Amino acid sequence: MITIQPHASETIRHQIDRMVLIKEFKTFLPQASIIFEKEALKPFECDGLSAYRCLPWLVVLPETIEQIQRIVRFCYQLDVPVVARGAGTGLAGGAMPLANGVLLSLAKLNRMLEIDIANRLAVVQPGVRNLAISQAVAPFGLYYAPDPSSQIACTIGGNVAENSGGVHCLKYGLTTHNILRVKMLTMDGELVTIGSHGLDSAGLDLLALMVGSEGMLGIIVEVTVKLLPIPEKAKVVLAAFDDIEKAGQAVAEIIAAGLIPAGLEMMDKAAIQAVEDFIHAGYPKNAEAILLCELDGTRQQVEEELDKAVALLTDSGAVEVKIAQSEHERQKMWAGRKSAFPAAGRMSPDYYCMDGTIPRRFLAEMLKNISGLSEKYGLAVANVFHAGDGNLHPLILYNANHEGELEKAEQLGGEILKLSVELGGTITGEHGVGVEKINHMCIQFADNELTQFHAVKSAFDEKGLLNPGKAVPTLHRCAEFGAMHVHHGEVAHPELDRF
Amino acid sequence: MQETTEAILQQAVRHAVDTKTPVNITGGNSKAFLGRELDGVPLSTCAHQGILNYHPSELIITARAGTLLSAMEQTLAEHGQMLAFEPPYFADTATLGGTIACGLSGPRRPFTGSARDFVLGCKLINGKAEIVSFGGEVIKNVAGYDVARLMAGAMGTLGVLLEVSLKVLPLPILELTSCFELEPSDAISKMAALASRSLPVSGLSYDGRILYVRLSGSEKAVKVSADKIGGDAAIADRSFWRQLNEQHLDFFQEDMNLWRIVVPPATAQLDLAGTWFYDWCGGLRWLKSDEPAQRIFAAAEKAQGHADLFKGKDRRGDVFQPLTGTLQQLNRNIKRAFDPAGIFNPNRLYRDW
Repeated sequence: MITIQPHASETIRHQIDRMVLIKEFKTFLPQASIIFEKEALKPFECDGLSAYRCLPWLVVLPETIEQIQRIVRFCYQLDVPVVARGAGTGLAGGAMPLANGVLLSLAKLNRMLEIDIANRLAVVQPGVRNLAISQAVAPFGLYYAPDPSSQIACTIGGNVAENSGGVHCLKYGLTTHNILRVKMLTMDGELVTIGSHGLDSAGLDLLALMVGSEGMLGIIVEVTVKLLPIPEKAKVVLAAFDDIEKAGQAVAEIIAAGLIPAGLEMMDKAAIQAVEDFIHAGYPKNAEAILLCELDGTRQQVEEELDKAVALLTDSGAVEVKIAQSEHERQKMWAGRKSAFPAAGRMSPDYYCMDGTIPRRFLAEMLKNISGLSEKYGLAVANVFHAGDGNLHPLILYNANHEGELEKAEQLGGEILKLSVELGGTITGEHGVGVEKINHMCIQFADNELTQFHAVKSAFDEKGLLNPGKAVPTLHRCAEFGAMHVHHGEVAHPELDRF
Repeated sequence: MQETTEAILQQAVRHAVDTKTPVNITGGNSKAFLGRELDGVPLSTCAHQGILNYHPSELIITARAGTLLSAMEQTLAEHGQMLAFEPPYFADTATLGGTIACGLSGPRRPFTGSARDFVLGCKLINGKAEIVSFGGEVIKNVAGYDVARLMAGAMGTLGVLLEVSLKVLPLPILELTSCFELEPSDAISKMAALASRSLPVSGLSYDGRILYVRLSGSEKAVKVSADKIGGDAAIADRSFWRQLNEQHLDFFQEDMNLWRIVVPPATAQLDLAGTWFYDWCGGLRWLKSDEPAQRIFAAAEKAQGHADLFKGKDRRGDVFQPLTGTLQQLNRNIKRAFDPAGIFNPNRLYRDW
């Protein structure tokens, strides 16, 4: 049984019969776009975080903005909550349905509306897949930079909702840096354009609030993404270390030397071994840690920076430094990193992926603590790490069929999140809070900060009908969570700055 | 020190809330010309100074709002780093808080990002006189709504900034500028073409006759790219970009309305009388014009952009592109969510709040 439960203070109650909505929706949606039979609802009961499930009350799959408008307006009138869903690849349960709410799938809004080469932008519907954008604009020498590992399947609407990252964030930013404009529907069905096709827009920067708002502020129905020229050249170098601390130091050296790699990824021994057993990426299996460092740009820039990076890696004590000699080899090196999650899945029946970010200088301390927690809970942990930006993905391996293991995995994960905050970081770098980390928001934010978040929410969605129970906890939840978790009324490491 | 200046500011805000007295938040007054005229008791953040946390290898800096921008940039330069949104100063007294509140970015903006793009976190006093923090000191952080970035460009209407954390980037090793003499429509397409190629471009601006192309990066890359694009390097003054950003060029010296118009960069020339200077690859257009404000707002909106009266004679009318409909309502709602008593810089952005 999972330990994170819906909280009464975050639940929208209503007495509406589902048939009332079905009847209304049938007047403008095809039969096949309204799903309410148990078997058909089953595929929608969770997103990418499958440990958290709830059979939806009703699923609708509209195809036009007008249909969505009618759906939300009707729900608004009846005070029925709505959860938006893209491809359902999210890792925090942000799209987990409600037992008494409408699950609004945007998957059918999957058309690219405009590719504007001169202005280097593309206007797409929310259900367009992340990778499909880059594929469509590649003939023009352009691409869309954010590349979450689920990019084959995940949709741009979901990316905006979660402010998704990927392995290229250090140089190219997150979703928030690569979106120009969204069109969204408010919960009462008003269509609003936020942002513009220019580089800034009139009024407050509401686009900053929309990106990463986890479906809590509006229903995104159109997105304009920024396109970048495809770099002339990309090269990757792999460095192996016999000590993870040295690898961490090497990352600091590279950045202090003025290099901004396109990707800078670290994996620990457990992750390396999992990957090697899985796809034979050519990683040295006896290394304690490896770094993948990719440099991109013009040919000369890559050459110059590669020389520098190799020298820095060698000086930092790498036992092996290997440059991919061909595009094939480069792809193979990346394939290893990108298959780290499925590789973990092969090692263990279930794994639980964490997403904290820490100031990188505390990496060694963090890893030591994780290894201690792994021992304490008796669960193995493999670490993959967006080393350039401090975003850590410990993969906690467990078996859900073993009584109590999921709870143990959750508790272990919770301790990692708490530690991330104590070290001056955050509970989530790119996956979002969803339901998964809602309790841990109480650790990261004080009551008046959470109250400020609720005021932002009310500014957009006064009735609180959009995705209730996600992302921002009520103070009631926090009071209960705090009572369980604060020991002697003190936080650990009081000497650390908690800005 | 920190407790003192922070506590004084908080006390001042509490007093303002209790007595419903509007405050006019100031930093170094370097951008006091920007925005609508406002009444209000001055509340200076100048004394709240100091860099709190700077880790060059983590690419972050945190400082108090009153910290001089020059002090920050000097500290960064000592470690070979910079604020990559190239903030304009407009006076030596420019502070970090004012820089973020105004949200202005320089010529590098289309290529590296804007002020708001580099904001990672902030601490502020909200309209309930509470001290609250959002975001943090890490590059990737998606916990809670992105309130820290919302502060960029809010012109102090949502709260008093106390501390800001920014991402920083390495200084380029070499910068070169090439020039091309072009007609306006050719300049727009040339800029679009250059921005679509894998080149280390860091500035594209056009003064109505000359297109200036700045390249930044590692030595060989910049030199080879400069050869590749051609143009004339001889007439490019090294200080051109600074003078452009600080509005020291002759174009900016005339005493008439100066409009800041932001449109999709490849937009054709707008049908407005006046003299133009293009920056941001064509995406930012400075216009000196006597055209009535309503006509300029309408032209900008038609071009899918917006216009602000950057330096104008009449600062009691609309200075920023007026909002309408639900967007206007959402802006008002957010203002109320942060400043329920309406005490922070009322009327500076819009006439009704």
